[in-house]
Amino acid sequence: MNIGILRFILGRLLIVTGTLLLLPAAVGAIYGESDGLIFLIMALITALLGGLLARRKPKTREFYAREGFVATSLSWILMSLVGALPFTLSGVCPSYIDALFETVSGFTTTGGSILTSLDGISYCVHFWRCFTHWIGGMGVLVFILAILPMADGYGMHLMRAESPGPKASKLVPKLGSTAKILYVIYMIITVLEILALFFTGMPVFDCFTITFSTVGTGGFALTGEGVAAYSTASQIVITVFMIVCSINFNAYFLLFIGRSAKAFKLEEVRAYLLMVFGAAAMIAVNLVMCGTFTNPFEAFHHALFNVSSISSTTGFASKDFNLWPEFSRSVLMILCMIGACAGSTGGGFKVSRLLILLKSARNEIVYVIHRKSVRRVHMDGKSIEEQTVKSVAAYAVLYFAIFVVSFLMVSADGFDFSTNLTSVAATLNNVGPGLNMVGPAGNYAQFSVLSKLVFIFNMLAGRLEILPMLILFRPSTWRKNS
Amino acid sequence: MQIIIVGCGNVGGTLVRLLLAEGHAITVIDSEESVIESIEGSLDCMGIVGNGASFQVQHEAGIEHADLLIAVTPSDERNLLCCLIAKKAGNCHTIARVRDPVYKREIGYIKEELGLSLVINPEEAAASEAARLLKFPSASAIETFAKGRAEMVRIRLEEDSRLIDKTLMELPTDLLEGVLVGVVQRGDEVFIPNGSFVLRRGDEISFIGAQKNMIRLFKKLGLPTTRVRSAMLVGGGDTGYYLASNLISMGIRVKIFERDKARCEELSDMLPEALIINGDGTEKELLLEEGLAGTEAFVTLTNLDEENIMLSMYAKSVSSAKRITRVHRVSYDDIIGSMDLGSILYPRNITANRIMRYVRGMAGAGAGLESLYRISEGKVEVVEFRVEDESVACGKRLMDMKLKQGVLIACIIRKTEIIIPRGHDELRSGDSVILVTTGSIRGIRDMLA
Repeated sequence: MNIGILRFILGRLLIVTGTLLLLPAAVGAIYGESDGLIFLIMALITALLGGLLARRKPKTREFYAREGFVATSLSWILMSLVGALPFTLSGVCPSYIDALFETVSGFTTTGGSILTSLDGISYCVHFWRCFTHWIGGMGVLVFILAILPMADGYGMHLMRAESPGPKASKLVPKLGSTAKILYVIYMIITVLEILALFFTGMPVFDCFTITFSTVGTGGFALTGEGVAAYSTASQIVITVFMIVCSINFNAYFLLFIGRSAKAFKLEEVRAYLLMVFGAAAMIAVNLVMCGTFTNPFEAFHHALFNVSSISSTTGFASKDFNLWPEFSRSVLMILCMIGACAGSTGGGFKVSRLLILLKSARNEIVYVIHRKSVRRVHMDGKSIEEQTVKSVAAYAVLYFAIFVVSFLMVSADGFDFSTNLTSVAATLNNVGPGLNMVGPAGNYAQFSVLSKLVFIFNMLAGRLEILPMLILFRPSTWRKNS
Repeated sequence: MQIIIVGCGNVGGTLVRLLLAEGHAITVIDSEESVIESIEGSLDCMGIVGNGASFQVQHEAGIEHADLLIAVTPSDERNLLCCLIAKKAGNCHTIARVRDPVYKREIGYIKEELGLSLVINPEEAAASEAARLLKFPSASAIETFAKGRAEMVRIRLEEDSRLIDKTLMELPTDLLEGVLVGVVQRGDEVFIPNGSFVLRRGDEISFIGAQKNMIRLFKKLGLPTTRVRSAMLVGGGDTGYYLASNLISMGIRVKIFERDKARCEELSDMLPEALIINGDGTEKELLLEEGLAGTEAFVTLTNLDEENIMLSMYAKSVSSAKRITRVHRVSYDDIIGSMDLGSILYPRNITANRIMRYVRGMAGAGAGLESLYRISEGKVEVVEFRVEDESVACGKRLMDMKLKQGVLIACIIRKTEIIIPRGHDELRSGDSVILVTTGSIRGIRDMLA
């Protein structure tokens, strides 16, 4: 393990985090709030500390996959530890563990909260809470890659560890340019949503914060009511952008460079859209039949909103879907397990992984009948390497193992089955709300400290796709020469 | 620049590394999945698995926006096809590696018709470098500038040399007349020496200057300056053939050892003047019988690096011949450098250097780059630039110019004159200058601080 380079990368991360903390400080200054000072002081200290750490260049430039994974997970943990301090210092969450939960939930774009009431929180803390979603959505290391040149191949190891999906792919040959393009797309989407929400008559501050929560597919809102408080037009805008941000960003790049035919043919995107609209239609029918809504348009609107909210792993709720018929609840929870597209800001198991697993399962069935058959898994007209298929299968196993262990540990708190199951699903997939006690109207405040730590781990594991977090616990990772 | 490289073998991999270091955006195409995976994992480039001669694959690699395509797959025909398609699809510059002697004879026609920017033949390039060394066997490496008018000649300081433990200033003035000590290599380190630099045993010194001055210097140093009269070549592959025909035309007697009977017959058809011996060149008895002890040059060109190295070391023990050893793999060059193998030919470096020179010239379009040599993996570069009319340096005296740190003006080439410059010399339009630099210089303008 090359400790020098870890120090260097973490130092750079702290500089960036410090710089980002200036934004809520500015918001505090605009609204004349004393909390803004906390952010300002935090920003200075963090950046100074980072500057000290990154001052000396690492002695050796050795940087392999192991360093990449460890640097990524440590970056996220460190960023969360720092980002949690303003919540404690401003008195919003007096308990540091709660503050950490809230911050991790923000950075990992989960959106589950331990706050029982959102009233009386200052603007700058609200801003920071939602802004963590925006930072975490595209990934902070990708951001660092975009603005700071990283020599040699070592950026690739960071990108591979941070960006979601079975295989990190570059859009253009240079990593730095790829990261820049991703952030430009991200910025454009952000600006478009802010403008669109503004035109639906939303207050300016809400436009910004709700946009951060949407494009990061996070789910923090400003009031207990959440987005149910906004007009139907605003909700429609939010629906559109939740879907936009949960689609593989490769599609936008392809559109941008004029290869629209290829963009519209991406199998994952097609499957995802089919899934979203199919589920919304099923839920709308179910809602009308059970009499939850009488107006079919209203039913479809709310069905689509909540379906895209859950499947994009945002976690907004336009209605309390916990009160909906059992069938609708089940569909939503299944979507919660699948998640969004790879290469988007959404979380979950990822549609592309599911597709690869289904296709390889189909090949397995053919193989049972034709013992000599040779079939490879194809995606977008290209064959998927055997190794990738294996990795996806192993990922699925790890995913369920973590799921089961977390479920057991959380069950010790003595809440009901649905609460335990969906709380784990909602954190591991970075969705936020689950059912019953953790439903849209509830929150995570009542869980024990141990359960909260389990959730924190799950959220980080979900966002970083498990392996970087697990590697931290492997003793040989830390040995000097292995 | 956007550069596409088709074929990611030895040369391809080296090129990716070199071009990335210069800041270009590289896309690599190779038909082997595993090759692409490993290069994508270790270097900041994009990889595409597929046949580089397919339009579809080139399209995917972004041929429309590419500035240059370099085809270095193992097959000549595929390389040519790659370039042809790239030219039509992307209208970009194209470089192909073509090694078959059959195409070599009509390369001018092929280059013209297919619109190729550059054709490289690594075997031929390696052979002509070897031939240059045999013409001047005291040197361990020779590079040429200004179409051969100026040279950079490297020698290794042996124990008995009179230069050892002297500073450059202490050397008698008439010794270094018309030549300049440009670069000194000591182990891993490379220096651009100044007057107080002390030379040590085992240093590799590169002199720059005109050929006739070089011969005078060698005579004064007591080193032989005549070409060899006979040469033994082990391995009759393409390089062997090119080298043999080159040497024969210089009037040097050539003996080629080749294991394969059919190849021997081919060689004897193509090279009637050479003595072709069908036998294993690694057999001690055979070599001795054929006069290894008395030969003046011994060149090992088999396909196995290990064999070449062993043979060269053996030859040293039985004869005093000038030895040239071909080594394909460059990954162990630090170890190989510490062994006494005579002059070492790295075909892969020769190819990569030629391509780099072209790419540099393209990147700084009109910069007038004429030659480029990289020493010790580019720690030091020796470059030749043409001074254009509008150049900032034109008409200025050297003492009035503020040069960058680590830049040395080694030589000014004016028509037939080769000048080792002093402060009052000036640069004129139409001159060429040879610069020795520790950084990379992209043009005349770039050498000024």
